[in-house]
Amino acid sequence: MKEIDYLAPSSLGEAYAALQNGKTSAFLAGGTDIIVQLREGRKEVDQLIDVKHIPELVSYAWTDDGGLVIGASVPFAEIYEDDEIVRRLPCVIDCATLVGGIQIQSRACFGGNIGNSGPAADTVPALIALGATLTLGSADGARDLPLEDFFTGPGQNVLGPGELIITVNIPPQPANSGSFFHRFIPRNEMDIAVVNVGARIDLDAGGERIEGARISVGAVAPVPLFVAAAGDALVGETPTEDSFARAADIAAEAATPITDMRGSIAQRVHLTRVLTYRALDRALERAREA
Amino acid sequence: MPRRTHIQTTLNGEEIDFLCEPRQSLLEVLRDELGLTGTKEGCNNGNCGACSVLMDGRVVNSCCVLGVEAEGAEVVTIEGVADGDTLHPLQQCFLEEAALQCGVCTPGFIVAAKALLDSEPDADEGRVRHWLAGNLCRCTGYDKIVRAVLKASEMEEVSA
Ligand SMILES: Cc1cc2nc3c(=O)[nH]c(=O)nc-3n(C[C@H](O)[C@H](O)[C@H](O)COP(=O)(O)OP(=O)(O)OC[C@H]3O[C@@H](n4cnc5c(N)ncnc54)[C@H](O)[C@@H]3O)c2cc1C
Ligand code: FES
Ligand code: FES
Repeated sequence: MKEIDYLAPSSLGEAYAALQNGKTSAFLAGGTDIIVQLREGRKEVDQLIDVKHIPELVSYAWTDDGGLVIGASVPFAEIYEDDEIVRRLPCVIDCATLVGGIQIQSRACFGGNIGNSGPAADTVPALIALGATLTLGSADGARDLPLEDFFTGPGQNVLGPGELIITVNIPPQPANSGSFFHRFIPRNEMDIAVVNVGARIDLDAGGERIEGARISVGAVAPVPLFVAAAGDALVGETPTEDSFARAADIAAEAATPITDMRGSIAQRVHLTRVLTYRALDRALERAREA
Repeated sequence: MPRRTHIQTTLNGEEIDFLCEPRQSLLEVLRDELGLTGTKEGCNNGNCGACSVLMDGRVVNSCCVLGVEAEGAEVVTIEGVADGDTLHPLQQCFLEEAALQCGVCTPGFIVAAKALLDSEPDADEGRVRHWLAGNLCRCTGYDKIVRAVLKASEMEEVSA
């Protein structure tokens, strides 16, 4: 790794100042992506800004209306060890427990997974399904944006040079709603997704009809996809094999994957259909338990 | 001469300080600056777990931590696992169960397993295998390692 400066601001103000000192920067959260990228020369910056001493980034809290605001740098282990999150937002746990092994989960966080902006990032389809937004901050103020609007290409996003992710905001979920995230990898643990899918289903009060649905697919396009049309096709339908299969077809049509060592185009399109169907099925189970 | 930063940390229960460059990983600092070569480098990219150490009670890959991040932290390495000349039950069981061959992965497995048994002394086989998924071994086929960890978990010293 080339020589580098290390800064550890203890407030957002100090972080914004560090971003404006004329040097090129990357953030250091859990370091499980960035340290390896710098060491292997895949990225070069003048300074690393450690964001783990900024109070807003390392805490999380429920909002009065039942949403969850998670600081960008809260490690996954801290999230999935919280029984209330396990109970109320199992879909968050689905993805947080899948990223790497224990050593990775001790440090890695949502801000790093999103900030790295990989097409296969595992937390992203789960969070998009839940309707998550990001709060971005800079010296000019803060702005909120839907997670699905954050990514612009592999490793690329809308963050301005002076900007960072402060929090990931999960809105309150409707009363009869359930969400589920899963991925396909060739082994049980520790691999990059061939395809990953998050799905949410909102049922009406009687639990008979679908009032809303959100489907997101990763690793099948340059950015994680929010397939609004697949969710919209379910609105007003009853949750049946037929309606789920139609939504899964729409998701598969939206996929524009590449062939690489993890999977071929045909396999990825097929997996998109299968994983979407199953994610809907499991989301439905959770919606009925809700 | 690159600039070096002064870091204060608690290492294996002892307050120490050292100098390091910001670009040095905690693994490099442990091995090259502090002479603690028990922690091993396998992949140097986060995949193998050979470099596992405890940081503030959580098991991390020290190749994916910067030395400067140890400021104010509590770090435990394999050198801090035994109690003087008395081996930790995990170390004893790894010997008894022949849970190592070349031994490069062993410090990482023991440190990671210690983190598990410290918080979940009753972990079952499935839990042990899941917990150790981030530790790779090219020699043993894992079975003896898992048996050693389960045996250690049954020893009083660990569950106490
Ligand atoms: C062995 C191994 C297994 C892995 N397995 C998986 C897996 O199964 N699924 C998966 O999705 N990923 C996996 N990863 C990749 C990585 O662990 C995740 O992407 C992780 O979430 C990154 O988080 P971090 O905190 O370590 O990020 P860091 O490495 O600290 O940062 C990553 C990027 O995000 C940026 N960033 C960090 N914080 C912010 C912020 N607040 N605002 C703006 N940008 C920010 C940084 O500038 C950097 O570019 C794995 C990595 C390893 C080494
Ligand atoms: S050397 Fe750190 S994980 Fe392999
Ligand atoms: S004993 Fe050789 S790698 Fe595990």
